[in-house]
Amino acid sequence: MIGASLGALVSHWRRQPGQFATLILGLALATALWTGVQAINAEARSSYAAAANALGGSAEEFVRPGGAFTTEDFVTLRRAGWRVSPVLEGWLPAERGRVRLIGLDPLTAPPGTGAADVAIETPLEFLTGAGQILAAPPTAARLGSGQGAPVVAVDGLAPGLAFADIGIAGRLLGRSGEIDRMVLHPEQVTGLAKPSGLVSGLERQRPATAEDLARLTDSFHLNLTAFGFLSFAVALFIVHGAIGLAFEQRRVVFRTLRTLGLPVRLLVILLLLELLAIAVVAGGLGVGLGYLIAAALLPDVAATLRGLYGATVEGTLTIAPLWWGLGFAIAILGTGVAAAGALWKVARLPLLAPARPRAWARGSATTMRAQLASSAVLGAAALVAGLTGGGLVAGFVLLGALLLAAALALPAILAGVLSLGARFARRPLAEWFWADTRQQLPGLSLALMALLLALSANIGVGTMVSSFRLTFLGWLDQRLAAELYVSAEDARQAAALLDHLDGRVTALPIWGVDADIEGAPGEVYSVADHTTYRETWPLLSALPGGWDRVAAGEAAMINEQLARREGLVPGDEVALPGGALTIAGVYSDYGNPLAQALVSPATFVVRFPDADRTDFGLRVAPEDADALRRALTEEVGIDPGRIVDQEALKAVSRQVFERTFAVTGALNVLTLAVAGFAILTSLLTLANMRLPGLAPVWALGLTRARLAGVELLRAVLLAALTALAALPVGLLLAWVLLAVINVEAFGWRLPMHLFPGQWAALFALSLLAAALAALWPARRLARRPAADLIKVFAHER
Amino acid sequence: MNAKPVLFLALGVVMALSGPARPQGFAGLGQNADGFALPAPDPVFRFPEDHGSHPDFRIEWWYLTANLWDAEGRAYGAQWTLFRNALAPEGGTGWDTPQIWMGHAGLTTETDHYAAERFARGGIGTAGVVAEPFEAWIDDWQMTGPWLSDITVTARGADFAYRLDARSTRPFVPQGAGGYSVKSPDGQASYYYSQPFYEVTGTLTLPQGEVAVTGTAWLDREWSSQPLSEDQTGWDWFALTLPGDEKLMAFRVRREAGADYIVGTWIAADGTPSPFDPGDIAATPLATTDVGGGAVPTTWRLEIPARNLDITVAAVNARAWMDTSISYWEGPVTFEGSHAGYGYLEMTGYE
Repeated sequence: MIGASLGALVSHWRRQPGQFATLILGLALATALWTGVQAINAEARSSYAAAANALGGSAEEFVRPGGAFTTEDFVTLRRAGWRVSPVLEGWLPAERGRVRLIGLDPLTAPPGTGAADVAIETPLEFLTGAGQILAAPPTAARLGSGQGAPVVAVDGLAPGLAFADIGIAGRLLGRSGEIDRMVLHPEQVTGLAKPSGLVSGLERQRPATAEDLARLTDSFHLNLTAFGFLSFAVALFIVHGAIGLAFEQRRVVFRTLRTLGLPVRLLVILLLLELLAIAVVAGGLGVGLGYLIAAALLPDVAATLRGLYGATVEGTLTIAPLWWGLGFAIAILGTGVAAAGALWKVARLPLLAPARPRAWARGSATTMRAQLASSAVLGAAALVAGLTGGGLVAGFVLLGALLLAAALALPAILAGVLSLGARFARRPLAEWFWADTRQQLPGLSLALMALLLALSANIGVGTMVSSFRLTFLGWLDQRLAAELYVSAEDARQAAALLDHLDGRVTALPIWGVDADIEGAPGEVYSVADHTTYRETWPLLSALPGGWDRVAAGEAAMINEQLARREGLVPGDEVALPGGALTIAGVYSDYGNPLAQALVSPATFVVRFPDADRTDFGLRVAPEDADALRRALTEEVGIDPGRIVDQEALKAVSRQVFERTFAVTGALNVLTLAVAGFAILTSLLTLANMRLPGLAPVWALGLTRARLAGVELLRAVLLAALTALAALPVGLLLAWVLLAVINVEAFGWRLPMHLFPGQWAALFALSLLAAALAALWPARRLARRPAADLIKVFAHER
Repeated sequence: MNAKPVLFLALGVVMALSGPARPQGFAGLGQNADGFALPAPDPVFRFPEDHGSHPDFRIEWWYLTANLWDAEGRAYGAQWTLFRNALAPEGGTGWDTPQIWMGHAGLTTETDHYAAERFARGGIGTAGVVAEPFEAWIDDWQMTGPWLSDITVTARGADFAYRLDARSTRPFVPQGAGGYSVKSPDGQASYYYSQPFYEVTGTLTLPQGEVAVTGTAWLDREWSSQPLSEDQTGWDWFALTLPGDEKLMAFRVRREAGADYIVGTWIAADGTPSPFDPGDIAATPLATTDVGGGAVPTTWRLEIPARNLDITVAAVNARAWMDTSISYWEGPVTFEGSHAGYGYLEMTGYE
């Protein structure tokens, strides 16, 4: 009996291959976007872990805050019995973002240091002569040649990192004899002399772990996850529609099977099995698609993470079994969610109920009222989250509740507009058009909700990105005021540089160190008392005479991130190494995840005597910049690679910015495509059921071609109304992104700009999508044999 | 796999762990293909200069083993070794100096065995050897003194430490043909001399506490540039103290095919060496112990008919396995038979 029943149930799909394809494709799309985003996140996280474990995952390290150790410091500690290994770090230029170079000593590196294990196999080549730079193949490819040492691709090294012997690294980075930190071997002899007594300024600390990096990039990954979830939700509308339709159309079969003696439990189990099989097939397809999406997006994501956070991630995807499994799980879960209601109905199907075929989920005033009520509740939840919640998660709750509330309110709003239209209709055809459109609303409402979500997300994200771009470019102009930026190799060259300039060209010191600010990692920079800063620095708020107070050494400027995180305003004090300073002002500092403070050069020198003081910004007339650059290279002997002009620096910054949002843009387009597909499937499934409604109109004399035209018009009208409704929702979304999410995620608040041109384009696009989606069903109607329409009357029940 | 053994395996720091065989012309003439100096017959050692390092040779070591006893008569063994390994025949200072150093320290009791290991780069100061006043060091491990006949030796690991004061008034003893020690019938050789007559007092630090000890120690100095042949699979080295304070050194280089190569030196109490030719000595394993992943012979029969010597040598602690990146057996032994006494045994190539 089971076989026969299963055969009867499955025969439906054989007769309706289009419906089957819709279901599979919808489910696969839902799975694909979700899986793709998860795969990208998983790849990034595993890269963080690999980077954190690049030195064997050492549990502790010695550092000298504000300065570097010397080789002699290392020898002193080793000869006192401390099992430490020196590390020197810096950046190598590479295509699509720099690469972090780790200089290490393979002989003393803690166990589990993969690069050391490789290095030691060719010790002569790695340790002596030109040395070697080891990197994972994709990183090695980005490094190319011309790095000052041969680059060797090695499988299995942490992506985005390069490794060289510490001696070689010192030469490559122009920091010979320096050591940034010393990692401790896990096995230490007890009873050794205190290290702080052996080497001045030494502090013991826990090295950065994968969690630290993950925390820094959390906001970014949460953003991606939110997008993946949005796409999943949109695609689930499709699945829900397809399953609902299939169940509705099989009511007769269910009833027949039941009357033949099939227990209701078994029927539900068989249907579950069927759904499970569909979910597995679609899940497999979706995971495959997800892999393609992830592989296509990852290079940009990796470039973003490198540029924005200094994270070490490569753009090549490894297949992790975890997200395969998750992909299938989400497909099955999605099917379950989408089918729950339909299954519930089957389980409660009265044995002798008439098999009434009718448009499924026929909306009634009751349904619409329930949707409106839910929408109100969600709206209230969004309000609560927005007003009381802190943190990124509350921000996303606000976003989610807002979008869902808008989506649920849509059918009621559309119904209102349509009845308004009906009131102004005078001719019979127009009256029929409005009334029939309203009649169809329940069948199309899910697809229209999906469209609303996709359009709002598009408007919201588009507004955010464009606002950000506008602000960012203006800010870059302010921030990068000096014409040339020079980084001398050492103090001697820096002195030679100042000697050469001899006061003819203003050299603004740009000295910085990594330092704890308010107890968290940050950076402190020196800022000269110069009109460049007074006139152009992008201050958000400041005390009167703020720059004077900084120049006098009694105050500091801090960046917006720090001010927001710690709740600081000008006039407060900020805790810096060497003592707190008054906050003279707060400036915007986009693209920097760290806290930052500016102090006067004199204060800087006193507080960080060991910091490098080799970087300068040069103010020179733009037309003299090239001549100065040549003079610095030829007469002072500064490597051309150490002089960057303003334009180049801006170009790099802009590139980082564009990459950051390339992914967002791509996901946006994909979501819109899914919504368009949802409309198409809804229209296709409705087309058949609408015959009984259309046949009388045709019988009254309207041609099939005109009927098709009316159908097309109807789809476009509904899309247009939905797009109009999406505009305020999208703008609200943009506001939440700029004023809530950005502040929480990055620590800066951006002014919102409006871009009506974008809206017009999007509006046109959604009309086009709806028209395209309606074209096929309309053509089918126009070419339908008249006999089909006549049959409607013959079969009328 | 751990990195460091690969390095030292590739370069054959312990001579028994062979690298690729190289064509040898006339033994000890000139340099090999990599520019390393080669040992030549009839060397004349100059002290204290030759106690220092010879960076133009590929490998070199300072190898001290000590037989020690506490007040209750319990036996202990201590080992302190500094290996030098040149990637290229150059000295110098700075990170790019192609000299690599490895230190091994071992401490054996009748029931336990402790081992520790250190690696260092030549050229930056974490390891090195200075001939006068004598100082050999790697990290905090040291062998220092005014000269090599009067030294203080220290080492410590996570669970043990020792400090030994070793003095000798007798001369350094050249091994092999006047200090030119041939290792195989093919002619591979090294420069090799010993100081087998140290009197030792010291303190051992064990997990149970400190132990005051006295005893004797034996120092081997050896340097070369030639790895052993490919078919030589390991070696067994005996350093024994005979009645009357005479000393016996014997080593057997094992080969995959063909006869083992066994030679040695009989050292009179005044330091006069009498080298043996291949065939004079017979060494036969009598019993093995499963330790370190292989069966290691920890009881031996040693015969030298020309000297009427026929003894059974047994480990004080059969589990004296050095579980370092290059692993081997090294520990104190006692012997009886025609002669009775004590000494040290090193066996490589059994893992």
